[in-house]
Amino acid sequence: MPLIEARELSRVYDLDSGRVTALDRVSLDIEAGDLVAVMGPSGSGKSTFMNLIGCLDRPTGGHYRLDGVAVETLSSDGLAELRNRKLGFVFQQFNLLPRVDACANVELPMVYAGADRKARRERALAALGRVGLAERAHHRPMQLSGGQQQRVAIARALVNEPRLLLADEPTGALDSRTALEILALFQDLNREGVTVVLVTHDAEVARHARRVIRFRDGHLLSDQRQQPADARAALAALDAAPPVYPETEIHAEALP
Amino acid sequence: MSIFEAIRSALTAIGANALRSALTMLGIIIGVAAVIAMVAIGSGARERVTSQIKSLGANLAIIQSGNVTQGGARLGAGASSTLTDEDAGAILKEVEDVVAAAPAIFTRAQAVYAGTNWSTQITATDLDFFAAREWDVAEGRLFEPEELRKGEIVAIIGQTVAKNLFGEQNPLDQQFRIRNVPFKVIGVMAPKGQSALGQDQDDVIFVPLDTGRRRIIGRNYARDRSVQTIMVKFANEGAIAPGIEQTGALLRQRHRLMADQDDDFIVRNLTEIANTATQAATTLSWLLAAVAGVSLLVGGIGIMNIMLVSVTERTREIGLRLAVGARQRDILAQFLIEATTLATIGGAVGIALGVGSALTIANIAGWPSVVSIETILVAVGVSGMIGVFFGFYPARQAARLDPIEALRRE
Ligand SMILES: Nc1ncnc2c1ncn2[C@@H]1O[C@H](COP(=O)(O)OP(=O)(O)OP(=O)(O)O)[C@@H](O)[C@H]1O
Ligand SMILES: [Mg+2]
Repeated sequence: MPLIEARELSRVYDLDSGRVTALDRVSLDIEAGDLVAVMGPSGSGKSTFMNLIGCLDRPTGGHYRLDGVAVETLSSDGLAELRNRKLGFVFQQFNLLPRVDACANVELPMVYAGADRKARRERALAALGRVGLAERAHHRPMQLSGGQQQRVAIARALVNEPRLLLADEPTGALDSRTALEILALFQDLNREGVTVVLVTHDAEVARHARRVIRFRDGHLLSDQRQQPADARAALAALDAAPPVYPETEIHAEALP
Repeated sequence: MSIFEAIRSALTAIGANALRSALTMLGIIIGVAAVIAMVAIGSGARERVTSQIKSLGANLAIIQSGNVTQGGARLGAGASSTLTDEDAGAILKEVEDVVAAAPAIFTRAQAVYAGTNWSTQITATDLDFFAAREWDVAEGRLFEPEELRKGEIVAIIGQTVAKNLFGEQNPLDQQFRIRNVPFKVIGVMAPKGQSALGQDQDDVIFVPLDTGRRRIIGRNYARDRSVQTIMVKFANEGAIAPGIEQTGALLRQRHRLMADQDDDFIVRNLTEIANTATQAATTLSWLLAAVAGVSLLVGGIGIMNIMLVSVTERTREIGLRLAVGARQRDILAQFLIEATTLATIGGAVGIALGVGSALTIANIAGWPSVVSIETILVAVGVSGMIGVFFGFYPARQAARLDPIEALRRE
């Protein structure tokens, strides 16, 4: 049984200025354990698709099963519980709570899962350790770099051990090296069995997925499997051969 | 999330905007403080009126002579002494449910004792006076019937007179002079305090009616039995109105007034006056409480306003919480608890301020302090309820947000 089963999934917005079909009859399965990149031009329906499979939004047509559960039948509390137990979200803008430290941010999903304080703390620290931020647990978001903030957000998404990690432009606000670190983290998690779906319009990012899905105007345009590039290996290569700065070269030539 | 944790995170949110939170609380602080202070002032005033009325004695009517028409000019109360002590006796005997009828004459005079002097009120009366006023001696005794009948030169003094004339000495059996007449102190009255008009009721010397009339005022008993007032005490409140009616008829008959002649006396129902005063004080305290309540309401609206602002500012936070699994009721609870915490802290500070000012005012006005535990509990409850009531609408707005819209909001 696939983790995600979308059949003729549609999302239509009825606006005063007319109807907008953000997603048009998309049928698609995603197996557990896959790493999928969702691509397409701006306005093609990527985020709409993510919101639907993430149970943040309800389709206006078609059917959707998540882990065998027909999502249409669930109440809003039922959807909240599903998001809490089976899904983890990572956003482009991190969306951390600014007033509390990294650990408390990571604890948030467990607060709504009803875990007690001690268990929450332990698991939040473990999740932060897993993203390599154990020693930053008591820093506030403001005191962390963008890459570190995104890793806190990933730890938060992981802390309830979800089946599915959804990331909408997770590297959009990061430089290419930090983006690579985040991708390496996603690949590690994927190897450990977490299903990852990430939205990107950066082909370089999409190279690290096992499967690439393309949208255009709300339609599914293409669906390809590929051999993923290894983000860890790319990082190691970067560390082995530090970039040579052009000024340094010019400077060397100018020497008598 | 336990309620304790929820309050802690509410405190974090409140602390994040400390100045704004403090200003918002100020509304509740002032409101609660005003309610407590106003209720205290209102009930202090009422209690004072009640205690003064009690000190006067219950179920009393006072008859004053006066209102005589002489050659077409109507003279005011007390202008002429038309009442006599025989009228008092007749009232006691013939009017139903009369417990005491005390004739009295009042004058001011100077009392002298061993080089000290003290100007005070002299009340010449009989034993019924003490029954009517429900007032007894603290030391010594009241007049003997024999002393009253013979007009003996004895006196019972009030606490203030005792203090000013005799100081530390025991006044009992001492002799002092009024207009050169040597009076023997046979008793000292129990303290009574201030009257409703602010007079010191303990600044008084009681002498037998005839003694006062002959020795102090200098009237001839045989020719003049007039008195200024007769104080009538009835057995119960229900007896006052019919009793006053009967008394009027009796006095008109005794004074041989024609049907077309006005009364030559005035009857005042003190209980009625007292009830009116109590009512006025009650109305006043309600009015004060209402004014304070309005300021509490304004404080509540302030909380609602700031919570609406807070919901708008934290829309993304709400979206995120919904995304990670918060249910609508979790968001509702979060903002309700925040509003309630804000209101309750404001309430607590307001209570401290209100109790402080109530005590200060009571101290200055010399009232009993009437800040009760009930008032405080009610204030805490009310400010909490204000948080819930005025926090509900903003919290519901927050809970009803669409997660995607909320996450997208800047
Ligand atoms: N709340 C909304 N109301 C109306 N139209 C909407 C709404 N959300 C999305 N749309 C429309 O749906 C279409 C798809 O939007 P979506 O956000 O899924 O695009 P996207 O592929 O994520 O684009 P981008 O790469 O810019 O994030 C767009 O045409 C957009 O205008
Ligand atoms: Mg998008």
